[in-house]
Amino acid sequence: MSRTFTRDDVAKVASLARLELSEAELDEHAAQLGRILEYVELLDAVSTDDVEPMAHAVELVNVFRPDEPGESLPRDAALANAPQTDGRYFLVPPILGEV
Amino acid sequence: MSIAHATAGELLAGLAGGSLTSLAIVEACLARIDAENERIGAFLSVDREGALAQAAEIDRRRAAGGPLGRLAGLPVAVKDNLCAKGQLATCASRMLANFRPPYDAHVIERLRSADAVLLGRTNMDEFAMGSSTENSAVQLTRNPWNTERSPGGSSGGSAAAVASGMVPLALGSDTGGSIRQPAAFCGVVGMKPTYGRVSRYGLVAFASSLDQIGPFANDVAGGALLLEVIAGHDPRDATCVDRPAPEYSRELDEPLAGLKVGVVAEHFSQGLDEGVRSAVEAALEVYRGLGAEVSDVHLPHAKYGVAAYYLVAPSEASSNLARYDGVHYGHRAAEFENMIDMYARTRGEGFGPEVKRRIMLGTYALSAGYYDAYYLKALKVRRLIRNDYDAAFAQVDVIAAPVTPTPAFKIGELIDDPLAMYLSDVYTLGANLAGIPGISVPAGFSRDRLPIGLQLLGPAFSESRLLRAARMFEGATEWRRRRPGN
Repeated sequence: MSRTFTRDDVAKVASLARLELSEAELDEHAAQLGRILEYVELLDAVSTDDVEPMAHAVELVNVFRPDEPGESLPRDAALANAPQTDGRYFLVPPILGEV
Repeated sequence: MSIAHATAGELLAGLAGGSLTSLAIVEACLARIDAENERIGAFLSVDREGALAQAAEIDRRRAAGGPLGRLAGLPVAVKDNLCAKGQLATCASRMLANFRPPYDAHVIERLRSADAVLLGRTNMDEFAMGSSTENSAVQLTRNPWNTERSPGGSSGGSAAAVASGMVPLALGSDTGGSIRQPAAFCGVVGMKPTYGRVSRYGLVAFASSLDQIGPFANDVAGGALLLEVIAGHDPRDATCVDRPAPEYSRELDEPLAGLKVGVVAEHFSQGLDEGVRSAVEAALEVYRGLGAEVSDVHLPHAKYGVAAYYLVAPSEASSNLARYDGVHYGHRAAEFENMIDMYARTRGEGFGPEVKRRIMLGTYALSAGYYDAYYLKALKVRRLIRNDYDAAFAQVDVIAAPVTPTPAFKIGELIDDPLAMYLSDVYTLGANLAGIPGISVPAGFSRDRLPIGLQLLGPAFSESRLLRAARMFEGATEWRRRRPGN
């Protein structure tokens, strides 16, 4: 999986992550991520055929609980930290272009 | 009795015996914070009035003979990624600079019901990503033993607060060593419990399969007591194991007969500081002297731990931090062209360099075409690392190891070299990948008077054994009694 990490790669990943990076950051990330990815290639040396991936430390299955309605967060508490709200909803900019 | 640096047990005895009041303890802590926090930078905020009022209330209840919780009247500090209703929980990030959670974390509820006094909130690496607390967007924290040195991280504020005598107990979180490493750097006790032992409800998520909340204290008994208060089942965290939490304090002073201590040759490879090596070797001698049997065990995949961890943790982080989009809470960019641009600018402005780096790394490792080669591969290696620990713990009760390759590094020393900073987590992150508990106890000092920690690791849910083994060591040595500045 050896490959260099270019500035274009950084820009593409940043766009996937919805993360605006400055010109300087693009360069910095290309260099630093490249070094880190080079380091993790160490893992190529490990034989992992027939090894089950371990996604979790405590491999529990099917934790059930009774399906009982509980208290919900009151609307004003849920909206209290919102950057923009009309008191009833979270407000966001238009998604389908200007209306 | 001097209140600063007194242990939780000494303070509780003073409270029970009437020689101390909670108000006096809280006032002493506040005086210590006033004197030291500007220099050390451990606390982000101190709830002076709330703490004094709570202390007075507990003193009144004690005087009236009312029932009191296990920590009644003891001040506790909490890391800034633990939600307490209505109080700022910034995670030391611009993204959450004004965020006040509408609910209490499970551990905060437990502290309240134990009648602990919530003293204030401690500095950390932004979103717990880092090993030096230098990634805080708010302030620098300095090591109380030497203010040119890092306190470690990411729970550096909690460790420094306890080490400098501002508070006897504190909570932190440990995703790759973020409790044990700052505990070692600051010369205090810090423990990462088994994954699932403590509910993560209300802990701001970094890497959900690795994160665990745990205690800091100035002695092992304090750590045991605080763990006892926070451990146990909580249905609001589906990964929190439904298994009763033992009373860790009860048997703490009973030595473990026939203790088998494992030593891992792979832990003593290149890069280990000579002072750390000799402190760990001296600790093994202490255990031998206490009747323990010390033998070699192997963790053949340990050398892949850093690589596996720095794929798994950033992958989970990139997913968890997708929630910071400027819609429901947190920062929102003031200017943007459209919805997507709002997300991107909000995140570009709100996150600091290390958080951005982890999001980028994780997004890349999870992206189409690279998922199998990076993320899935790391998960497979993670299993091999866990299998190594299982095999080792079939032979020994605990593993004794260094916590860190070196004593506290200098502030600024590693900040421009992310990979070097990641490599400093080499001895701690295995426990997070495997889900097992680990504790750091003071085990000596370097030539330039910096604390060195001894790490003890055990199989899942062996906290009681680890604490007793740590207590044996603490009882046989004088390291705990040394404090910064004396």
